[in-house]
Amino acid sequence: MVGGVFDGVAGGSTEPGEPPRARVLVVDDDAALAEMLSIVLRNEGFEPVWCAYGDKALASFRENHPDLVLLDVMLPGRDGVDVCRDIRAESDVPIVMLTAKTDTVDVVEGLEAGADDYVAKPFKAKELVARIRTRLRRLPTGTVEEGEADTLAIGDLVISVDGHSVKRGGTPISLTPLEFDLLLALARRPWQVFSREVLLEQVWGYRHAADTRLVNVHVQRLRSKIERDPEHPEIVVTVRGIGYKAGEPVRA
Amino acid sequence: MRRLVGVVATLPARLRARLRGRWWREPLSWWSSSLPLRVTSTVFLASVVVLVLGGFLLMQQATAGVLNGKRESAGNEARQAVSTAQTRLNNADLTGEVNVDQLLLDLATGFAGSSGGSEQYQVIIIARGQTITAGDATAESIPAELRAQVETSPDLLMTPTRVVYDDDRPPVAGLAAGSALTLAGNGRYAIFLVFPLTQEASTLAVLRYAVVSTGAVLVLMLTLIAALVARQVVVPVRDARRAAENLASGNLHDRMRVRGQDDLARLATSMNDMAAEMEKQITTLSELSQVQQRFVSDVSHELRTPLTTVRMAAEVLHDARDDFDPVSARSAELLQTELDRFESLLNDLLEISRFDAGAAVLTAVPTDLRGIVDRVVEAQEPLVRAYGVQLSVHATGDTTAEVDARRIERILRNLLVNAIEHSEGHPVDVLLAGDDHAVAVAVRDHGVGFEASQAKQVFLRFWRADPARARTVGGTGLGLAISMEDANLHGGWLTGWGRPGLGAQFRLTVPRRAGDVLETSPLPMTPRDLPVLALPGPEPDALGEDERVGEGPITVLAASGWQPGRGPA
Repeated sequence: MVGGVFDGVAGGSTEPGEPPRARVLVVDDDAALAEMLSIVLRNEGFEPVWCAYGDKALASFRENHPDLVLLDVMLPGRDGVDVCRDIRAESDVPIVMLTAKTDTVDVVEGLEAGADDYVAKPFKAKELVARIRTRLRRLPTGTVEEGEADTLAIGDLVISVDGHSVKRGGTPISLTPLEFDLLLALARRPWQVFSREVLLEQVWGYRHAADTRLVNVHVQRLRSKIERDPEHPEIVVTVRGIGYKAGEPVRA
Repeated sequence: MRRLVGVVATLPARLRARLRGRWWREPLSWWSSSLPLRVTSTVFLASVVVLVLGGFLLMQQATAGVLNGKRESAGNEARQAVSTAQTRLNNADLTGEVNVDQLLLDLATGFAGSSGGSEQYQVIIIARGQTITAGDATAESIPAELRAQVETSPDLLMTPTRVVYDDDRPPVAGLAAGSALTLAGNGRYAIFLVFPLTQEASTLAVLRYAVVSTGAVLVLMLTLIAALVARQVVVPVRDARRAAENLASGNLHDRMRVRGQDDLARLATSMNDMAAEMEKQITTLSELSQVQQRFVSDVSHELRTPLTTVRMAAEVLHDARDDFDPVSARSAELLQTELDRFESLLNDLLEISRFDAGAAVLTAVPTDLRGIVDRVVEAQEPLVRAYGVQLSVHATGDTTAEVDARRIERILRNLLVNAIEHSEGHPVDVLLAGDDHAVAVAVRDHGVGFEASQAKQVFLRFWRADPARARTVGGTGLGLAISMEDANLHGGWLTGWGRPGLGAQFRLTVPRRAGDVLETSPLPMTPRDLPVLALPGPEPDALGEDERVGEGPITVLAASGWQPGRGPA
């Protein structure tokens, strides 16, 4: 590991026999930070790809097919929030925003544009890697737990845990992995009311109190995809003062 | 006067107070608070005085004039009547048996007839103890003095009198004229003519009525005019006052209406100019301050990207330090820890700039402060162990309040870390108490403490107790300043107490309901565990126990001039 610290940014070929490395697209105009990120990511077993311009980010994304995108909010050429929207329009790839201003609307805008999570500068390498791992892990939420049926019902939706799919009356609904995890977390315990903090821990992997705006924004995004009337949600129901719970399953 | 005072003194005190309070204080304060009222009532009182005086003089002159005229005409008439009577007496046939009485009676009735029944005058003749009256005035109408003088004087005498009637009519003012008639051979007779002033009295009554009613109307009119004039002056002045108040409350865009060219218009113009000037100045200042705050915020943000790189690089070096030589390894460690400090400094700077910009918002939710305290205490477990401090929490009462948990946690974390770092291994106590209106948390340590005069300075930004002293403990120097801002945002108090050698106590008090105004705190500002005798001042018996404590703390306390108090000064 240590030996590779001072290797160049370019390269990143996997040695035969190792499992394929997860490819991470780093979109940041700060060359020093990008290089440092590449070093850290490579150290942690990822394959970083760097793009310095907002207006070239989408092309780079299409070309490299990354497993995750690290996206700075302030970018030359095209705003990070817009880039996020562009990528989300054609892919469900996990997107983690890098932001210097946590108290502004930037964060909420980025999340609304489809970012799954954000990391505030200055972050620690371990913190960033933990966030990336959580987003890439798809475990254990994405697999069938012991003694659990393969399909779960929530509202008038049917979730196939193994198939990672959600259907309403046979019609599949496209969700990002994060949205799927969020819905699955609620559907697995329909009797439980989830506080935002609990959801942050289960879905985002935050062990300590974090920004509850993450939950709020993603519940809104999820509702806009699965609810018949997002103004009057029946599947992800708000419990005032506490959090959210799953709607009653509807048997057709 | 003295009797009145005596009566007032016997009244119950409360009633007296009420009399004093309600009876004349209220109108008095009204009087002093309203300019139009003052002007109007002054004009009213002055015009009443002037008109009463004027009316009095007028009536006096008129009465004198009327009376003089009457006196003159009555004198003439009386002279004529007396001379006529004398002539008739002289011409009377005095031959034979003369019935003087009959003669005099004829004379009297004759006069009465000649006065035309208009009651111009009435005649009374007194002869030889006999009174002959013509008309309805009785002899009582003639003053005794006049009678006596007429006996001796040859002249026509006149004097004011009261005319008394023989019927039920009330007596009226009048003039009585008297003279002596001589009847040859029969001696002197006194003839009196009584002139009632009925006519004149009624004339004067009409005049008085006219004067009084005119006076009253004049007073009313003058008062009304004064009120109108006062209003005319006061309304623009009030406008000006309102405009000034508006300015004072921050509505710098408000302007006064300018009408005409008079002094008030000029006042309005000056006020408007002043407002415009103030608006300009304030706008400039706030722009400057915004630029400055923006700059601080931008600097903090701009520093973040390179700091991220540096921090990650430091982490990589830190993780690899086992492979370095000892000097490089130690450098990597220092780099790592100092970066932590650098980052918290940056965060604190950003937080302070947020407060300065007024961008800090309170999101108050009912929260039990006990929970926050427990969380903070739990999080500082490693520090507690590192310093070997015995930490205990004492809670009493309901400690739920509407607070921003994140900010309260930050305050308490700050106070607790400070207390532990300055405890010098002595126990640290966290006191928690609530009453009906407020909840308070106090953090008490028994460490080095600080001078009483520094109780306020500790909250200043980057303040150091002793600049010469080396920094041994961490902290950005902004912690207490931020805590103070957080407390203020809650409408709460954050107070510090300290004495060299006796330790320190910091107390946070927040209102139970967000937005309430604090009046007292459930916890005292000074520690309860202080030796009683250490309190200087009010307790007289405390001084007697000096020996038990020893000299040190007491001299310090006495020198500090500290006084007990429950709120922040």
